[in-house]
Amino acid sequence: MKALGTLISKIREINSRYRAPRIQMSPAVRVSLMALRVYLFALVGLMVYKFVVLVTGS
Amino acid sequence: MNFFSKLYYVFRKAWKAVRLYLVLAGPGIVVMVADNDAGGITTYAATGAKYGYHLIWFLLILIPVAYYVQEMTVRLGAVTKRGLAEAIFDGFGAFWGWFSLLDLMIVDWLTLITEFIGMTAALAIFGVPPWLTVVAVIALMGVIVLNGRYWTFEKLALLFCALNLVYIPGAFLVHPSVQDVVHQGLIPNLAGGFNGQLFFFLMANIGTTIAPWMLFFQQSAVVDKGMLEKDIPWGRFDTLLGSIVTVVVAVFIVIVTGTVLPGIDIDSASQAAAELMKTDRYVGAFLAIGLFDAGLLGAICISLASSWAFGEIFGWAHSLNTKIRQAPWFYATYFLMLVSSGLVVLIPHAPLVLITLFVQVIAVTLLPAALVFLILLLNDRAAVGEYCNTAAQNFVGGCIVVLIVILSTLYGITVMFPNLIH
Repeated sequence: MKALGTLISKIREINSRYRAPRIQMSPAVRVSLMALRVYLFALVGLMVYKFVVLVTGS
Repeated sequence: MNFFSKLYYVFRKAWKAVRLYLVLAGPGIVVMVADNDAGGITTYAATGAKYGYHLIWFLLILIPVAYYVQEMTVRLGAVTKRGLAEAIFDGFGAFWGWFSLLDLMIVDWLTLITEFIGMTAALAIFGVPPWLTVVAVIALMGVIVLNGRYWTFEKLALLFCALNLVYIPGAFLVHPSVQDVVHQGLIPNLAGGFNGQLFFFLMANIGTTIAPWMLFFQQSAVVDKGMLEKDIPWGRFDTLLGSIVTVVVAVFIVIVTGTVLPGIDIDSASQAAAELMKTDRYVGAFLAIGLFDAGLLGAICISLASSWAFGEIFGWAHSLNTKIRQAPWFYATYFLMLVSSGLVVLIPHAPLVLITLFVQVIAVTLLPAALVFLILLLNDRAAVGEYCNTAAQNFVGGCIVVLIVILSTLYGITVMFPNLIH
């Protein structure tokens, strides 16, 4: 239980340390990250769909 | 006399350069040869058996692609002195950092399972039971990393890289027609026309040549080795040499199976080795030994890639130059990954085929993300200064990323929905 608490506090510390991106968010960076989000959402969506199809067998 | 003194001077200069390279060699060549892991050997063996020599030209195209991508990690690691995981957290914040770290952990763990599948299958050909292979591999990998020196690990890894060259004499043993190899292999052609199956094989070959863990491994290895900005030219040469060696080995595997097993559907490299045993005992044994070596080298590098990444983010000591007492969490992560993945292979009726499938799909999600982060980080002049990407480098890098995003998306779709493309 203590180990779990230590882990959670460590994760919180990491989250606060890296809260703000250091790289300057120029238009090129913003577009790249947005495109990456779209790509990942599409692919993860497909994976979830495939998983559902596999589980339900339909 | 003047001629001999000049010749002696040139020789001394060349020898000095070779010795300097031998000191700095490592991360590039190790990561590239380790890329010919158990999954890679299977892909190349299946490609040769299915298409003969017809796709050799395609493999050769992958040399500059692999070099271009990995070279960026040398610059970023040598200049910032931090691994890719830490660089992503720092550059893009916690959300993208956790995404990359968790994705890396999952894909590494699943890939490790495929390495154990390859190693146990390879030694099963010689009658070694799987449990003994798993125990022996974990013990051997413990010995390799627990000596507390990065140098020792790297030189042992280079020894395993040299063993990977076993496919070259293997190819000569099967007496391929050099004329056929040159005519069919070096002139770009699409054997039997473009179709879903050919596309699947092309993508599988790209996927085995550029893998997400390679980016994380090489950058962390550059940092752990202590490479500096002045070492970047040697790091580039090391990476170029590695990318050539890895593709040459792949070509020789294609030649072996293309010569001996033409038209046969190969599901695994161990199946190819068993088939080859029937025609030529020595070639079959070479393939099996090479498969084991490939799995071992891949396993060492992949588990280290994860341990380094976790160490960077959680702030644990994370260097091979530390003893187990100094970096307990670093070594604990390393062994946890190894032992847990090794045990999965020993579970009766474990869904190993499904796991192999998942490795491909999850790797597809991480590769474009890691590449985008890498290029953006190499454009951060505040962090990398004069080693920032040039416009030409960005153009080539951008083209590679766009191409990989398109192809890997299609690949992911074909893996998940195999009946979609015919």
